[in-house]
Amino acid sequence: MEKVGVYDELDNLKATELRLGLPGTEETVSCGKSNKRALPNNTEKEIESTGKTETASPPKAQIVGWPPVRSYRKNNIQTKKNESEGQGNYVKVSMDGAPYLRKIDLTMYKQYPELMKSLENMFKFSVGEYFEREGYKGSDFVPTYEDKDGDWMLVGDVPWE
Amino acid sequence: MGLRLPSKVLEHILSFIDSNEDRNSVSLVCKSWFETERKTRKRVFVGNCYAVSPAAVAKRFPEMRSLTLKGKPHFADYNLVPDGWGGYAWPWIEAMAAKCPSLEEIRLKRMVVTDECLEKIAASFKDFEVLVLTSCEGFSTDGIAAIAATCRNLRVLELRECIVEDLGGDWLSYFPETSTSLVSLDFSCLDSEVKISDLERLVSRSPNLKSLKLNPAVTLDGLVSLLRRAPQLTELGTGSFAAQLKPEAFSKLSEAFSNCKQLQSLSGLWDVLPEYLPALYSVCPGLTSLNLSYATVRMPDLVELLRRCSKLQKLWVMDLIEDKGLEAVASYCKELQELRVFPSAPDLDEANIPLTEQGLVFVSKGCRKLESVLYFCVQFTNAALLTIARKRPNLKCFRLCVIEPFAPDYKTNEPLDKGFKAIAEGCKDLRRLSVSGLLSDKAFKYIGKHAKKVRMLSIAFAGDSDLMLHHLLSGCESLKKLEIRDCPFGDTALLEHAAKLETMRSLWMSSCFVSFGACKILSQKMPRLNVEVIDEHPPETRPESSPVERIYIYRTVAGPRMDTPEFVWTIHKNPEIGVSHLAIK
Repeated sequence: MEKVGVYDELDNLKATELRLGLPGTEETVSCGKSNKRALPNNTEKEIESTGKTETASPPKAQIVGWPPVRSYRKNNIQTKKNESEGQGNYVKVSMDGAPYLRKIDLTMYKQYPELMKSLENMFKFSVGEYFEREGYKGSDFVPTYEDKDGDWMLVGDVPWE
Repeated sequence: MGLRLPSKVLEHILSFIDSNEDRNSVSLVCKSWFETERKTRKRVFVGNCYAVSPAAVAKRFPEMRSLTLKGKPHFADYNLVPDGWGGYAWPWIEAMAAKCPSLEEIRLKRMVVTDECLEKIAASFKDFEVLVLTSCEGFSTDGIAAIAATCRNLRVLELRECIVEDLGGDWLSYFPETSTSLVSLDFSCLDSEVKISDLERLVSRSPNLKSLKLNPAVTLDGLVSLLRRAPQLTELGTGSFAAQLKPEAFSKLSEAFSNCKQLQSLSGLWDVLPEYLPALYSVCPGLTSLNLSYATVRMPDLVELLRRCSKLQKLWVMDLIEDKGLEAVASYCKELQELRVFPSAPDLDEANIPLTEQGLVFVSKGCRKLESVLYFCVQFTNAALLTIARKRPNLKCFRLCVIEPFAPDYKTNEPLDKGFKAIAEGCKDLRRLSVSGLLSDKAFKYIGKHAKKVRMLSIAFAGDSDLMLHHLLSGCESLKKLEIRDCPFGDTALLEHAAKLETMRSLWMSSCFVSFGACKILSQKMPRLNVEVIDEHPPETRPESSPVERIYIYRTVAGPRMDTPEFVWTIHKNPEIGVSHLAIK
């Protein structure tokens, strides 16, 4: 029982960890009582999973290295999936405060305003107006993307093509 | 005093003994047998590169011609071992270059190989013939060029699923025009395009070429041209099949394949369009091995292909084959020995289920020779496992991955204990087992008791308590490798069975409840075990009872290794010194 205090201290440390593991504060669960346990929690996403009676399953958290498929294989399948989806270029979109991420197909849009409108509809917000000098004005929300160097860039500066 | 065999006689007898296990036994009989054996061993296998020092191996086996080494733990395949952990080939290459210059073959798995290593190999071993790198990393195409350019007698060059810094396709042109010895070439994991004319010429002047595995950058036209020059191939890995279907392309391809009358193994087939599959029909009756695991082809097209493969022994495919497809396999591929079914949607949140446990049941019933299974499926049932065990007691390798962690038998809601009990009990020759789904400690009691020949056991998201580990370590007589992730136990069982760990090659545990304190005790208690704590945060800054992220424990006669990175903590045998990195700068 003295371990409870220790794990409380660790909470702060664990909160910064991105790993997925069994909750540290859980007592050992005896078999027979629960037929299905909660999915391991990812402290970043905090997806609630009661486990016992799930009707609509929430989007599942990504567990590192699970299912056990080699990255070589995962990468090969990923590129093929994108191609088989009719040459679509799908990107993940997340919004601060939204419970889960969305995916949109960039090839469906011809220019930035179309994309912005679609995002506005999807997330129910307004992005304001784009100005070359000052970026987006008129809203608290700003669309950004991560480029291949890992930098966060404002959407709209680079020509659409 | 008994009769002693003259060493010449013993040498002659030993020349018939190839298996390393047998030779290891021979070497334990007495000193003179040890001496004779070690001087005659040609093929050396080291399952854990840190279990013994390169110098010791080089000294013991002066007549070594072939060296096989494994580095990182198996779970490194699934990104559970951080980059930079270790597994460096260099110390081995350096030692062998100095002591065993007659070395002809090097096979490395999960090791870090640099261009420097490859250049050293090329420069040091005059009779070098075979280089096979599996799941290795750290080198570029420049290193491959060095091998190609310098190793005059090169027979085998295989890069299997390696991470290579691809600086372009020039490496291929480094094979000298005089090189005609190639038997096997596998560059399927490289990205860059090679000059097709270089490849054509190489293939044309290699009459012994039996195995050729191309990378996706090789086009269909390229493939046709190569097949025309090498109709004697027994193993082929195609390039990309993504070209637009043109009638002449199809007939050329068909003709090229029909001339390959000795083809037994087919792989690659990236992006293969179903319309191209009929071009392969002519080789199907002769195929013993077919890897369709990168072919996003639907069930009906797969069945059309597979029903022609009556001699198939090994099939790798994606779950797109569906239960129905596997039913067809069960009825047409009666010689099947090995089946692997991979998920087409590796991400958890994208799983839709074209495949259930029924698929595997069909194959287990229909394919009498089935002995090796790797099966990814969203959920499973005890009944299916019982049927599989009953029908296929000859299983040697059974790896079931129920993709949903903690998923119970979806029909009865019970744990899969009964099912795996049946597998462990029924399949008496089982050597490798991976379990998944909802499992209680009881499942491991059965496994510990009955899985007498299991050498490698993989466990994830299972068990209730320390009892689970206790059952395994007090049973499983043949256990050599145990890897566990995300299971709720730790110290007690580990410390209780410390002695067992010395009979095993290695134990991996990640995201379990093993405390740093237990690691220290274990390390200090067992001088011939290396206890590595792999954790981003220094274990000393936390209470001793706090769990560590990952531990990797392995027996060794080489002592703690000197090349650990920052995040690997070796616990010193001397309690006063405590924890150290022992890293050389």
